[in-house]
Amino acid sequence: MNIFMPLIVKDLSCRYAGQHDDVLSNVSFVANSGEIIGVLGPNGAGKSTLIKGVLDLIPHEGEVKFFGGALKDHKTKIAYIPQRSSIDWQFPVSALDVCLMGMYPRIGLLKRITKANREEAMSYLEQVKLADYARKQIGSLSGGQQQRVFMARALAQDADLLFLDEPMAGIDQTTQDLLFTLFKDLKAKGKTILIVHHHLQSAKEHFDRILLINKILISDGPPNETLSQENLAAVYGGITA
Amino acid sequence: MHFFSDHYNIILVIITTIMLGLSCGMVGPFLVLRKEALISDAMTHSTLPGLGVGFLLALSMGLNGGRFLPFLLLCSGITALLGALSVRWIINRTRLSQDVAIASVMSSFYGLGLVILSIIQSLETGNRAGLNSFLLGQVSGLTQQDLFMLTGIATLVLLLGIYNFKALRLLCFDPINAEFLGISKTKTENILLFLMISVICAGLKTVGLILILALLIIPPITARLWTDRSEVMFALSCAIAALACVNGVVVSGFFYDLPTGAIIVLSCAGFLFASLILSPIRRIINAQ
Repeated sequence: MNIFMPLIVKDLSCRYAGQHDDVLSNVSFVANSGEIIGVLGPNGAGKSTLIKGVLDLIPHEGEVKFFGGALKDHKTKIAYIPQRSSIDWQFPVSALDVCLMGMYPRIGLLKRITKANREEAMSYLEQVKLADYARKQIGSLSGGQQQRVFMARALAQDADLLFLDEPMAGIDQTTQDLLFTLFKDLKAKGKTILIVHHHLQSAKEHFDRILLINKILISDGPPNETLSQENLAAVYGGITA
Repeated sequence: MHFFSDHYNIILVIITTIMLGLSCGMVGPFLVLRKEALISDAMTHSTLPGLGVGFLLALSMGLNGGRFLPFLLLCSGITALLGALSVRWIINRTRLSQDVAIASVMSSFYGLGLVILSIIQSLETGNRAGLNSFLLGQVSGLTQQDLFMLTGIATLVLLLGIYNFKALRLLCFDPINAEFLGISKTKTENILLFLMISVICAGLKTVGLILILALLIIPPITARLWTDRSEVMFALSCAIAALACVNGVVVSGFFYDLPTGAIIVLSCAGFLFASLILSPIRRIINAQ
């Protein structure tokens, strides 16, 4: 485990090329070890943008520190599970192949994958209850199974800081329960998890802290505080589904 | 057909052809999986001005009347790189989409190439007969040194592709996460670019610049119709491309005076057509 704060974000602003207004302005927050943080806000609030900005995947201003240092020095300690729509599900890889990718930093890119590597990868697929689907092409799996494949890859990577973009979107209840249980296991191991999420009720139940955003950071704190009627009315315009 | 009268030469030509096919079959799937098929189209067309410049350079130095393969390949490789970089630059610096960037770069470079070829034609010393074979592909006319060089390039491409397979596949599958999974995105992208340029240039003389795109794209999509595993897809793609190349060389060399490149591409198309009918993975076709 790392003695430094896993993530410190200071005055992060993001703007897409050719646009005048910031999608996200001056967001500052920290993430502690063993914390599950939900990122909530209405559509277009900049939730995904926040994660992409933090991970240096889009142009941004402001300072972001990972484990007390720069992103480039801690890359393999970070796992990012993007939205389902950003992945080519026709790609000719199996669930096991994807899971093995999480072990690339340890295996080494130029070394052959051994039987022991495969067995280890299988153990992660077992944790997400996908061992029976290991050889299936990823496109032939259900949405919930696909999400679990990428979760298995994050487990294989043994990342300390996980970013998930809408992992629960269009996912069955069983998988949601399984993922929330996995998050708690990871939290117990001191991992930090940031999740872009939509559903307010499950956010209250499962997250330690919530960042409520709508172009700016509206509120940052425990669910009961951040998801107050007042804040929600300000952000969602009174619609609190 | 005095070219084939010598057995040693036949064997050498066949080996070179197989290696060229294997290397195209190895690089092609990365282009298809990365959805960069059309960028390679811009690159193949961008080789033409390079061929012209290489010819003029060799001519000015008195090398084989301009038809000096190392110069031709080197210069065409450089303009292919310029073509690829131009496309990337337009996409990154403007709001234009990839397809229009490719279309403009491809036609501009090709136009420039045609102008240089006309200039060569008008020179008294120039004999562009040797250059025309680069458009449609022809095996005869390659010297033993040329064949050794092409085999060397193809072998290098094949080894680099196999050696970097995991990194290249990850780059195609999940470029966003590449860095988090321990690969250098820039370095891997450059390796892929190098492989693309190498196979395009090495294949120019045999397949011709207009048709080489088909040799890069058809074998992998044909292979994809038979398997869901990328390792198998790559192996099948190599096999199909190599068979098509051998077929093209044999048919055009032995039996008829047909353009080699066209026979190679038609062989590929034959494999694709048969696979579309017979393939077990119909859902890929149905889904799209």
